[in-house]
Amino acid sequence: MTTTASTPEKSENSTAGSESPALHVEGLWKIFGPRADKIIGTEQAHLPRKELQEQTGHVVGIRDVSFDVAPGEVFVVMGLSGSGKSTLVRLLTRLIEPTAGTVELYGEKITGMDDSALLDTRRRKVSMVFQHFGLLPHRKVVDNVAFGLEVRGEGKRQRRDRAQEMVDLVGLSGYENNYPDQLSGGMQQRVGLARALAADPEVLMFDEPFSALDPLIRRDMQNEVIRLHEEVGKTMVFITHDLAEALKLGDRILIMRDGEIVQIGTPDEVVGAPADDYVRDFTSEVPKSHVLTLKWVMRPDTGDVSADAPALQQDQIVRDAARIVLDHQGPCRVVDGDRVVGVVDDEDILRVVVAEEAH
Amino acid sequence: MATATAPPPEAPDRPVSKEEQPYVEVGKKRHTGVKLLAVLAVWLVLYAILKGHDTRSLGLQDTTGFHDWLNRVRDWVQLHGPDNWFFGGVLGFIGDVFNSVFAHLQKLFSIPAFPRPVPQIGWFGVVAIAAWITWAVAGIRSTILVTVSMLLFGIFGLWQDSIDLLLVTILAVAVCFLIGLPTGIAMARTRWVSTVVTPILDIAQTLPPFAYLAPVALGFGIGPTTAIVLTIIYALPPLVRITEYGIRAVPQTTIEAARSLGLTKGQLLRQVQLPMAKRSIVVGINQSMMAALSMATIAALVNGPGLGKDVNAALQIQNVGQASVAGLLIVLMAIMLDRTTTAASERSESQGRSGLVSVSGPGVLLMGVMVEKLPRWATEDAGKGVRHPRLTGAGRWTIRALWLVPVLVAVYLSRSQLDLARFPDRTVWPFLEPIDGTSVTKLINDFSSWFIDKVDTFTLALKNDVTAWLINPFQNLLAQSPWWVMGLVILALAYVLGGWRPAVTSAICLAVIFGVGLWNDSMVTLAMTLIATVLVMVVAVVLGVGMGRSRRTDTIIRPFLDAFQTIPPFVYLVPALALFGVGRFTAIMAALAYAVPIATKLVADGIRGVAPTTVEAARASGSTTRQMITKVQLPMAREALVLATNQGLLYVLSMVVIGGLVGGGSLGYIVVSGFSQDQLFGKGLAAGIAITAMGVMLDRIARHAAARTGR
Ligand SMILES: Nc1ncnc2c1ncn2[C@@H]1O[C@H](COP(=O)(O)OP(=O)(O)O)[C@@H](O)[C@H]1O
Ligand SMILES: [Mg+2]
Repeated sequence: MTTTASTPEKSENSTAGSESPALHVEGLWKIFGPRADKIIGTEQAHLPRKELQEQTGHVVGIRDVSFDVAPGEVFVVMGLSGSGKSTLVRLLTRLIEPTAGTVELYGEKITGMDDSALLDTRRRKVSMVFQHFGLLPHRKVVDNVAFGLEVRGEGKRQRRDRAQEMVDLVGLSGYENNYPDQLSGGMQQRVGLARALAADPEVLMFDEPFSALDPLIRRDMQNEVIRLHEEVGKTMVFITHDLAEALKLGDRILIMRDGEIVQIGTPDEVVGAPADDYVRDFTSEVPKSHVLTLKWVMRPDTGDVSADAPALQQDQIVRDAARIVLDHQGPCRVVDGDRVVGVVDDEDILRVVVAEEAH
Repeated sequence: MATATAPPPEAPDRPVSKEEQPYVEVGKKRHTGVKLLAVLAVWLVLYAILKGHDTRSLGLQDTTGFHDWLNRVRDWVQLHGPDNWFFGGVLGFIGDVFNSVFAHLQKLFSIPAFPRPVPQIGWFGVVAIAAWITWAVAGIRSTILVTVSMLLFGIFGLWQDSIDLLLVTILAVAVCFLIGLPTGIAMARTRWVSTVVTPILDIAQTLPPFAYLAPVALGFGIGPTTAIVLTIIYALPPLVRITEYGIRAVPQTTIEAARSLGLTKGQLLRQVQLPMAKRSIVVGINQSMMAALSMATIAALVNGPGLGKDVNAALQIQNVGQASVAGLLIVLMAIMLDRTTTAASERSESQGRSGLVSVSGPGVLLMGVMVEKLPRWATEDAGKGVRHPRLTGAGRWTIRALWLVPVLVAVYLSRSQLDLARFPDRTVWPFLEPIDGTSVTKLINDFSSWFIDKVDTFTLALKNDVTAWLINPFQNLLAQSPWWVMGLVILALAYVLGGWRPAVTSAICLAVIFGVGLWNDSMVTLAMTLIATVLVMVVAVVLGVGMGRSRRTDTIIRPFLDAFQTIPPFVYLVPALALFGVGRFTAIMAALAYAVPIATKLVADGIRGVAPTTVEAARASGSTTRQMITKVQLPMAREALVLATNQGLLYVLSMVVIGGLVGGGSLGYIVVSGFSQDQLFGKGLAAGIAITAMGVMLDRIARHAAARTGR
């Protein structure tokens, strides 16, 4: 899941509109303010954020957002701070009440659920990990992990075992009887992670879980998420403001600005074909050769490439293909399955790599 | 490829990822200083011309129609109250309940339970029970302190009064807990409850204790019930406040995380909010207990039981030794209750690991008012490591239960042995002779007369000089100006310092003061309050700057401030009286001693709160120490200074009023005489109203001034 290229079929599956998505969001709105529902559906709702605030004192959190998340997918939401990411992820389990729109979890409508069904959803189906951990300082690590199980009424023995299992899974064995404030930030977030996993939910949601951590720890934790995703294979909605993190973790990325969707796409789409200047600005610093696939750098097949030239899959990452292309005299073929879809030569590769050096 | 519901790219005319400029109001120049000088000049001119006219002064024994009307109200309540649904029904019922509960407690612990010649449980049993409870909630060091203190109650010959005071305090705090905890929780969880209750708490915490005496006495008569009700009213606000704060202080993320796990509201309260607020709540109980003790001593003026009575009686005959012995025991009790509850709160920290969120930066100032009403806790455990309980909860309780056995034996013995029932005096235990109450009284009296002999010339000169050069002229300026000049001056000052809102409040308060017929006395009290506040601020700035700039100074001075803050205000009168005799100066000195600790702490915190980068930058640009203090630290701590002044004012006001007992005169004296002389009850009640109005007025002006400088 580090790259779309290594799992090409997933990229196809996760396309919006494929049958029974894990999460289906449609026309979701959040306007903060006492008379929010009066504003929805009027002209005012489409005013720019600032003007709406000046005119009515209401703040748009999320504006008409729709997307699907496929089962097993890692769906990343990214945007600058204040763009509405946290609001969006809280709307999904109604920690914040949506003003309009629907959210469905495996076909079950979360919007419109009564309180007890909602509690049940939160207890069993969706778990969250928070930026500032949200651990209970008066409980030991293992009791923090077991807290969700306790809340839903599981027996003491059972929840202890399960909690211990989760503590081991996130690599905190031996710390189960410590209190959260005795642990480092990274370890505390592992507790948060274990707590979320303990409930064995269908969907995991992360709200900038690693933003408060040091860069090195952050990298460890990202790898940890990748590992856990491979082991437990949960659907994940991951919020971040860090593009590198988004590219590293995401099967698909949703880019937000001012509460609206700017672009949804796979990492290479976002970097290769930014929807507008906002996204281009974002992605300009990204090492393109690490993200772009050959598809984005190849030229149309002119038919003059010899048949014995190396054939490279079109969704291979540029950096990985560079060695072969540069070693080979003359252009190489780019194929999709068996079909030749284009050619690529030294110059195409170097354009991407050198462009980076120039930064 | 995978295309999703991406909207068409927007027109790129909007700047991309540029920081938005917030809307900024252009600052206004207010010329506050010039306006203040102008008001002062006009005032002085008018004073010179009109001095002594329209001062509305009222003789000591004189009353106005309003006072007589209040007297008639009192008479009516006494005559018809029992048949009235409110006085007889509601208040009568509450009174009866407290009366009978308290009577039972007394019979159990402090007074002979007929037909026995001694209480149900003698002193030996009481000490054992107290020691056991302290040990269970607070630990061994507090237990030693409590045991020694209680033995001293007996050795000084004031066992019964000490236990009575303790009973009033603890009973009141128990009631406060039952009312205050649910109220605080409701305030933290429901916005409208907070909106309704907060202003009431604000006013309640502005009022000097003296302001409560007469109205409560009107409703409940004179005696233990009134003392208990007064104590409850006074001790409730801090507990409610801190409970609300503690629950609100639970971080939003924690709440969100808990909600995301599917907690119901009840689970959220029980499993997250209350455990995490536990430490704050225990701190609240500590604050509540200290407030209760202060009020319970003052309630001696309305014939409340306990040590306050002894202090009061000794003050009446100016017997410093006798007042000191009772005063010392009150201080001892204060220290004992404070240490025990503080230790309990620290322990609840290490066991419950709830952790009061650390308050820093602007939080210190914000919390300042609350925390500081409230001595110590921000400082108490700073830097202390967390101990781990070695035993499991069940194990701890088993051990506690085992220790209950000797306690029960002690209780049994104290019921069967007379010497263990009634605290022996020197006739029974001759070895007590050198340290018992009589000897200590004599010792202190001897020392005090020797001391006064030696330094009398100095203290007397100080007192006379300050009275002649500072107190008298200033008091004349306020009290001898025509009432309408004074009124306009105060309104003008309120407007210049705080804007139109405090001016409106002041107008109402002044109207009340005028209406209750005590204008002149109120101005005398105001003059004393202002003088004392200025002195307080001078001392507080000197000490506070020293403490704020140097950790060492801070560690040396702070424990003294903490200790001073535990002492109930009533007790300050004793040393002040011993040093300076009777007079307004004495009242001002007592006020100084009472208000300096809090003001100093606030200043020190303000100075410390100045950002280190700013200090560093100033040093880098070559500031001298003096420039650093006057140009950087004090101006940047201005908000803290104003806050300190605000708190100082309120503390001073309450003490100046209590100073009526040592010759401070004016409003405080009128309140007191209202209880000693039947025909002056109405006037005393009116003085209580005037004090209330004055407190609210000063607080509003200071607060709005603070808000202005804050920006
Ligand atoms: N309770 C609220 N009331 C009013 N405005 C809010 C509230 N919560 C968030 N907002 C506003 O909504 C916008 C999006 O906030 P948020 O979702 O926290 O952004 P992000 O997580 O991307 O930084 C911000 O402009 C914020 O000010
Ligand atoms: Mg956020």
